[in-house]
Amino acid sequence: MAAAHAEVHQEHPIKLYLVVWAWLFILSTCSYLVDYFGLHGYLRWSLILIFMILKAGLIVAVFMHMAWERLALAYAIILPPILVLVFVAMMLFEADYTLLTRMTFFGAGP
Amino acid sequence: MAETTVTHTGQMGPRPTGWHGIAADWASDQRAFKNVSWGKAMMWIFLLSDTFIFGCFLLSYMTARISTRVPWPNPSEVFALRIGGQEIPLILIAIMTFVLISSSGTMAMAVNFGYRRDRRKTAILMLLTAALGATFVGMQAFEWTKLITEGVRPWGNPWGAAQFGSCFFMITGFHGTHVTIGVIFLIIVARKVWRGDYDTGRPGFFTSRKGRYENVEIMGLYWHFVDLVWVFIFAFFYLW
Repeated sequence: MAAAHAEVHQEHPIKLYLVVWAWLFILSTCSYLVDYFGLHGYLRWSLILIFMILKAGLIVAVFMHMAWERLALAYAIILPPILVLVFVAMMLFEADYTLLTRMTFFGAGP
Repeated sequence: MAETTVTHTGQMGPRPTGWHGIAADWASDQRAFKNVSWGKAMMWIFLLSDTFIFGCFLLSYMTARISTRVPWPNPSEVFALRIGGQEIPLILIAIMTFVLISSSGTMAMAVNFGYRRDRRKTAILMLLTAALGATFVGMQAFEWTKLITEGVRPWGNPWGAAQFGSCFFMITGFHGTHVTIGVIFLIIVARKVWRGDYDTGRPGFFTSRKGRYENVEIMGLYWHFVDLVWVFIFAFFYLW
């Protein structure tokens, strides 16, 4: 049975890669322009995150061929990093608390 | 076999997809990753572990930045370059981003030509990828030199919170190390492709199985990951 194990080659038209490449350029330019035009506040953060997630998604899905892998692999690899967000939330509370204690004991400024 | 499954009555049927497919693939007494070779699966698992390391670096950076009372330096100004008498914000980092994305593009095409067994194009595209990677590292060396001469140290900097220095050197340094290792391996694998080691099955480092260009794809997974990490560093460290 093992010998019959068919290797699945990831062959896609070159055009697909060129299109993704172009999109990565466009998205990077967009995130650079966010900084160049000095956008601020929630607009800045949400744009940065949107462009970041779109770029990461394109790289993983097309360049790393995750879109064509079986779900067993995709979930095994993609779910654990998503759980890191729980860690992020925990450290967010921790860091806010540290800042609060520092301001209480050392004052607001340096 | 990859594409079939045995039902409870002992008959062979097509392998289920979706959630049923996940349950079937992860069921006992078989390989979980059906159409993925061990080499590829292990590279994915290595990259997962690397994700946690980079994740922890970015997390500690977040914690340091939130918890300091001292203002964080403005990366837009810190990484600005004076070109033609005009201060352009973050321009060096933007160019580095484009260079790395381009290297990812050439690598993806190298993988494709590898499976088409076009040795010449594969090797050339891989060397082009390596050259772009080396350019990136070179620009990073320039960036480090500039910041060090301006007085940035792991324990301080002229513009504010001391933690900025340690985060900068740690995160970009670890990423730069990954790029450097990638460039070295790209050159090694490109040489093997050029010489035809994957066709002849010539004994050696990473060439044990005859006629398999999958090593190019595994190399590609690593390289795209390096680009992927930069996407997050660009967003969280330079733009945030």
